[in-house]
Amino acid sequence: MNNNGRLLLIAGAWLILWLRPLRIALEGDMAVHMTVQVPLLIGLGLLLAVSIRGQEPHWLAEADWLGIPGIILVIFGTSFWMLPRALDSAVADPWFDAIKFLSLPLLVGLPLGLSWRRMPPLGRAFIWANFIPKLGAIGGLYLAAPTRLCAYYRLDQQATAGWTLIVIAVALGTLWFIAAFVGWPPQHAAARPPSRDTGSKPGPPLLALPPPYASSR
Amino acid sequence: MTRGFLPLLALVVTAGVAALAWETEGFRVVTSAGARQLDIERRPRPLPDVRLFDQDGHAFSLGDYKGRPVLVDFIYTRCPTICSALGDDFHRVMDLASGSGSGPQIDLLSISFDPVNDDREALKLYGDRYGATAPHWRIAAPADASGLAALLQSFGVVVIPDGMGGFIHNSAVYLVDAHGRLARLLDPDAPPQLLAQQAVKASVP
Repeated sequence: MNNNGRLLLIAGAWLILWLRPLRIALEGDMAVHMTVQVPLLIGLGLLLAVSIRGQEPHWLAEADWLGIPGIILVIFGTSFWMLPRALDSAVADPWFDAIKFLSLPLLVGLPLGLSWRRMPPLGRAFIWANFIPKLGAIGGLYLAAPTRLCAYYRLDQQATAGWTLIVIAVALGTLWFIAAFVGWPPQHAAARPPSRDTGSKPGPPLLALPPPYASSR
Repeated sequence: MTRGFLPLLALVVTAGVAALAWETEGFRVVTSAGARQLDIERRPRPLPDVRLFDQDGHAFSLGDYKGRPVLVDFIYTRCPTICSALGDDFHRVMDLASGSGSGPQIDLLSISFDPVNDDREALKLYGDRYGATAPHWRIAAPADASGLAALLQSFGVVVIPDGMGGFIHNSAVYLVDAHGRLARLLDPDAPPQLLAQQAVKASVP
């Protein structure tokens, strides 16, 4: 598919997500709001990054040294939309929801997609290693909270959201653990020739994570 | 380090901190309930002069309370949980307020947000259950839908279905001061003595 077609597809998906019935359906449940709609919006930004890669202004590519400003923008953006008050406002006020619909693709997904390739492998590992436990911790907080954190969601929805976040954290943690230790896909390490002296398979060299973590620079 | 890195980094950090500070009211609240509490304490809110009717069928308006403080709660008469507890607490506040003799009298007002089920009969039954007698403790409902919407909006009450035919709402006891402004949010789990005390304290200008 050519680039214009891809951009059109992203815009179309964005508009469909904005359609009122779908918006209300996805935002009617806390877990769906947090783990379906929000990631989809970030995903659209990632796709946008893939589509415009190489076409970004030269000064921006240069100023985004090692992807640091970009990834910090991502950290702020995701932190903002993890505030229970922000979720409430997005449900209550269509204008606030519009801010969410613009900021998640453009200020989270897009910089993530553009900066990720500029980040050193250890920097990427740092982000993963921070993000995954944080997700689980927030899930645990939702389960432990005796009161409702959002005025628009029931306590049982809050608990479901908590469990969903924990399940996602465990799944991502497992995948990332395998990727970090064995390589991804897992056959990667097994495909190496066995070492002659011990017969054991050598792991990948320290800190040089296998693809997709290896730097493309 | 490359050219433009530091300015871009400074821009991102400044904008990020500003956005988080704005949404958390200076890193003090993370929930909408906390934000409402803080906002009301900072700036007591004027309230719309909504027409209501009480359990005896008498019409009155919120503005009629001007000059004396009133404790307000929001209810629906079929509510099995929080409203019942609040009803009991309000009953005790009523006893305390009327028994004290000296000091300002506190009025109580329970407002129903369920116009479909809560007609005058239902309000009357609810009032009888908790010993509420008008005008000192009115069990009331807004006279029309726009009045209800205005009340919920100005008090910041969010009502959502509980999935079992009932409702869930952000519960609080609302203290409306002698100027007719929403002045404080009180903890509905606080002991009735404390509610009465806080109401009396707030009624002294």
